[in-house]
Amino acid sequence: MASLRERIAGAPPHPGAALEAWGQRLPLAELVAATGLGSARAELAGRSVLLRTRGQLGAVRCLVELDGLARRLVLCPPDLADEHLPGVLAAAEIDAVLTDALDAERPHPGVPIHRLRAPVQLSAAGDLPQVATEWLLFTSGTTGAPKMVIHSLESLTGAIAPPPPSPAARMVCGTFYDVRRYGGLQALLRALIRGCSLVLCEASEPLNEQLERLARLSVSHLSGTPSHWRRVLMSSQAQLISPAYVRLSGEIADQAVLDSLKAAFPQATVAHAYASTEAGIGFELEDGLEGFPDALLGRSGPVEMKVEDGSLRIRSPRLAAGYAGPAPPALTDAEGFIDTGDVVEFKDGRWRFIGRRNGIINIGGLKVHPEEIEAVINRHPAVRMSRVRGRRNPIVGSLVSAEIALADPQAAGSPERESALRASILELCRSELTPYKVPASIRFVAGLALTAGGKVERSDA
Amino acid sequence: MQQSANTTSAYMPGEASRVRQAVVGSFQQTAAAQSCELQPLADDLVLLDSGLDSLCFALIVAQLEDELGLDPFSDLDEALFPVSFGEFVQLYEAAARRSAL
Repeated sequence: MASLRERIAGAPPHPGAALEAWGQRLPLAELVAATGLGSARAELAGRSVLLRTRGQLGAVRCLVELDGLARRLVLCPPDLADEHLPGVLAAAEIDAVLTDALDAERPHPGVPIHRLRAPVQLSAAGDLPQVATEWLLFTSGTTGAPKMVIHSLESLTGAIAPPPPSPAARMVCGTFYDVRRYGGLQALLRALIRGCSLVLCEASEPLNEQLERLARLSVSHLSGTPSHWRRVLMSSQAQLISPAYVRLSGEIADQAVLDSLKAAFPQATVAHAYASTEAGIGFELEDGLEGFPDALLGRSGPVEMKVEDGSLRIRSPRLAAGYAGPAPPALTDAEGFIDTGDVVEFKDGRWRFIGRRNGIINIGGLKVHPEEIEAVINRHPAVRMSRVRGRRNPIVGSLVSAEIALADPQAAGSPERESALRASILELCRSELTPYKVPASIRFVAGLALTAGGKVERSDA
Repeated sequence: MQQSANTTSAYMPGEASRVRQAVVGSFQQTAAAQSCELQPLADDLVLLDSGLDSLCFALIVAQLEDELGLDPFSDLDEALFPVSFGEFVQLYEAAARRSAL
């Protein structure tokens, strides 16, 4: 299997193709021909390396340097909390850290840190033995110890059609995702393997500037979550861009956002994809209809899908090989199907996504465990117990809603007392939780149903 | 600038005025709760320049659904997202008219 560097080098030529970040540009030719590892190249050979980068371009340089060189690379998302590092270092058996950051030391106890240097011509790529590198990616759950799954360049690029030898049309890709998460990594690999430019957006970059840049660089293929796209649709600068291909994944793409995109970009193909870090890309559809047709189930082919116990199951060579770490839980069932946990419902000839089995709430692509929020609410002295669920929202997919049973039901006996209690619980949540995890609505209930195991019932996810 | 919202509403029938007041109230409460600096709510204010982020808009839409029983964003007939504050209000006023039919 060719390394990422070799695959970029072998891509059809798009003259001047580059990664275009906010205020920074990295030509693909330089990415292939240069190295920033210096003498660390030999030291990193065969190692398990943590990639903790400040910027997206730094992450891309690290990926190209390490694929085929390191035994394992672990791509940290931009928001990985320091407190989780010791666990990550142990679970992934990290023996080196590679970073683009020039300043403060971060806590990586006992592990040598290497920094990317100014790129110099790579003289002999074949001087070190080429290995099949494991790619460890973080799943998108945001609480507790982060989980990693094991991919390979092959499983990550399985859904990408081989590029035509000579590009038929000019193609410039762009993405609202961060390349250090699965959706952005897909966009990155697609662009690199096709040899075309990719415009990267930064979370801190104002949307109008993102759109101006995407327009100036004539982006033709643009990807993001439905929430990213709703922001674009609400922008006065949306008409600046005229993509030929608009892609949504990472959240439920509802009919309203698909229709709105078709109306805003009539010249564009609007495609929605189902993908997760664990299951890879399940399907990509260009029919402009939410959900997916029944015909996709039970089909033979590289990707097999079925619905069992109400949730979507996928088997394909694009699945992760498993979870990383000692005694990892099984990723698939005995037949090799992964339970995505995404609950679907068949209605009017179409399967539609209705939520997550385990209650995980997807807020604009960020997944939230209800238990984390319940734990904070339950700390309030007036609260006996609570249940947090997702509430569908047309702007960010879902919001958090909470049902609360009080220790003393009379505590909310009057509208004034109820209002004061609600404010006090919200204040506690705001002090303990990031803003998107704070309940958008609170309802006081007389009691909450429990399962036989004594847990709060979540079967209606 | 705040006046322009009020001035406009004075010329509208009661229902439209009620909807506008609810929208204005929801923008102001959400901005305060999320510690965002809200720009004056003129009809030509571009929503993304209002000082509110996506989460704020999500919260506003949820609050208005609870308060007015209207969710025009999820309505398939509304294929265009509002860009300005005035369009946002119109979206809810139109939904209120439809629900009254």
